[in-house]
Amino acid sequence: MISAGETLRLAARALRRNKLRSFLTTLGIIIGVGAVIFIQSIGEGAKSRVRAQIESAGTNIVMLFSGSSSGPGGRGGFGSQPTITWEDLRAIQTELTSVAAVAPQINASQPVISETSTWNTQITGTTPDYFSIRNWPVADGQLFTASDQASAAKNAVIGKTAAENLFGPGVDPIGQIVRIRDAPFTIVGVLEAKGQNAMGVDQDDGLFIPLSAFQTRMQRGLGKFVPGRIAVSAVSPEAIPRVRQEISELLRERHRLAPDEEDDFTTSSVAEMTSMLTSTQETMTLLLMAIALVSLVVGGIGVMNIMLVSVTERTREIGIRMAVGAQPADIMAQFLVEALVLAAIGGALGVIFGVGLGQVIAPKFGWNMETKSQIVFIALGVSAGVGIVFGLYPARKASRLDPIDALRYE
Amino acid sequence: MANLIELRDLAKIYQSGDSEFAALHDVNLTIERGEFVAITGSSGSGKSTLMNILGCLDSPSRGSYRLGDRDVAKLSRIELARVRNETIGFVFQNFNLLARTSATENVELPLIYARVPPAERHRRARESLERVGLAHRAGHHPSQLSGGQQQRVAIARALVTRPPLILADEPTGNLDSATSTEIMNLLSELQRSGMTVIFVTHEPDIAAFAQRKLALKDGAIVGDVSQQSSRAPLPASQAATPGMAT
Repeated sequence: MISAGETLRLAARALRRNKLRSFLTTLGIIIGVGAVIFIQSIGEGAKSRVRAQIESAGTNIVMLFSGSSSGPGGRGGFGSQPTITWEDLRAIQTELTSVAAVAPQINASQPVISETSTWNTQITGTTPDYFSIRNWPVADGQLFTASDQASAAKNAVIGKTAAENLFGPGVDPIGQIVRIRDAPFTIVGVLEAKGQNAMGVDQDDGLFIPLSAFQTRMQRGLGKFVPGRIAVSAVSPEAIPRVRQEISELLRERHRLAPDEEDDFTTSSVAEMTSMLTSTQETMTLLLMAIALVSLVVGGIGVMNIMLVSVTERTREIGIRMAVGAQPADIMAQFLVEALVLAAIGGALGVIFGVGLGQVIAPKFGWNMETKSQIVFIALGVSAGVGIVFGLYPARKASRLDPIDALRYE
Repeated sequence: MANLIELRDLAKIYQSGDSEFAALHDVNLTIERGEFVAITGSSGSGKSTLMNILGCLDSPSRGSYRLGDRDVAKLSRIELARVRNETIGFVFQNFNLLARTSATENVELPLIYARVPPAERHRRARESLERVGLAHRAGHHPSQLSGGQQQRVAIARALVTRPPLILADEPTGNLDSATSTEIMNLLSELQRSGMTVIFVTHEPDIAAFAQRKLALKDGAIVGDVSQQSSRAPLPASQAATPGMAT
């Protein structure tokens, strides 16, 4: 058999000879690969945007809620019935080695009154650890401290959106006094903007005060149970499953649950939420990919069609080549490589087309584009594979021609 | 001189339904190296079938075919391709050049399958074209060449691998008589340089160029006569003059 380079040269010549036809043949592959690249890039972009939103909550976080999310009979959804005690919370903090920090969060929606306006916002009573758990520093001023918490000081940390609505743009909120249920609170810090969370809620529209102050001023949570949810941070992202396991074991023991009883609490992790939300998107992307792949197969059939035409058209040429000593394998290789080159060029152009299409369309719709190099290689590989698979039959047909019949072909 | 071709009890039988048709039967033939042989006969006499078998494009149904020192009657398709490439140069009635391909590249074709490296291939193709007096048309495509010139390119292609055997199937069938004479002179020149040349024709004055004339009828050899080449070939220098091409 002749060398691969020689075969490649032959194929390139044959394809150049019919430029328009070659281009039209590859069009199917170009569109197929382009669609795959485009859809995958958009899907990947959307996924990473959701992931970024969710992870803005903090990566090491495990959320702990009272009640069960899937109780039979009369029990409500999670959080509907407080079951976790302040003692439980302290035990989680002190007894579990995989836990870095624990911060309860008690929320209330309240009107907050400044000198110039009134704004209904979310007020959260928590401990200073909350900000480290959520990886949420101040942009200006400072956080309230452990001693504020100990003394139930009326200091508050405010989010960007709430600050703007209460004091107007351009006004420094630090040192301003706001009234919550007639109690005056001093703004000591403004938090960095975090934007919307995965549910579309503006995280910057809120006010944070020491838990102790919340309990005394809002008259909530003074009982045995924690009336909100609890943010727990793991020592590392890898430790998250261990944290959930340990919390579960600890609370079951403390609540004296029998082995056949269900948990009266729920934990969830950011990782879990991420995978839940991205899996929806993945399903969608997969569906679109399947359609794109179908078009790639259609493109492959186009290649086969044109290769069959080409073999018939060049029957004489095949006869001549055989007469001067081309072996069946040489003829086979010639046509197979032709189909392969056709499909591979189509694949390469398709990648350019798909990426280009994304660059043009994505900004118009505010989409994120993220082309994985892995997908580019897969797309190129698949189109080359399509070339081989759909080139095989025509090439075989060519190589099995009888030289005498082929020479006589008109 | 050693025998180049030995056919023993050769037959080619085509089967159609229950009936058999013998395109060739009881063919016994010996051709020595360096002979100049014409095969004549009316259409349907089996001369094309014989040519195809001699050219290893087809295999006989029965009998043996020794080409050089090997029996090629039972070779596989792959081995036959190799024999065609190394041992035989073909010249066809309708030239059978690759369209839209330069004369040089047409001549190079057998060398590609002989795995000769490109530079060497190119050099030998030029040499071969020079030998048929077409060096100045090396870059031309077949459509830019006259019939006689196309047949010269085909002859250049046939001799580029320096095969011991040149087979020409009605080489002048598509040419006028003046051009036919040029082509036949070129073939006799090849024969005088040591190649064995076998050609098929049904024209008596073309057959007269040969030194031996085989007559076929109904698939059998009915005549085998040695003769003096009727026409004295032109001197080599003149045959290779570009101006002669029409």
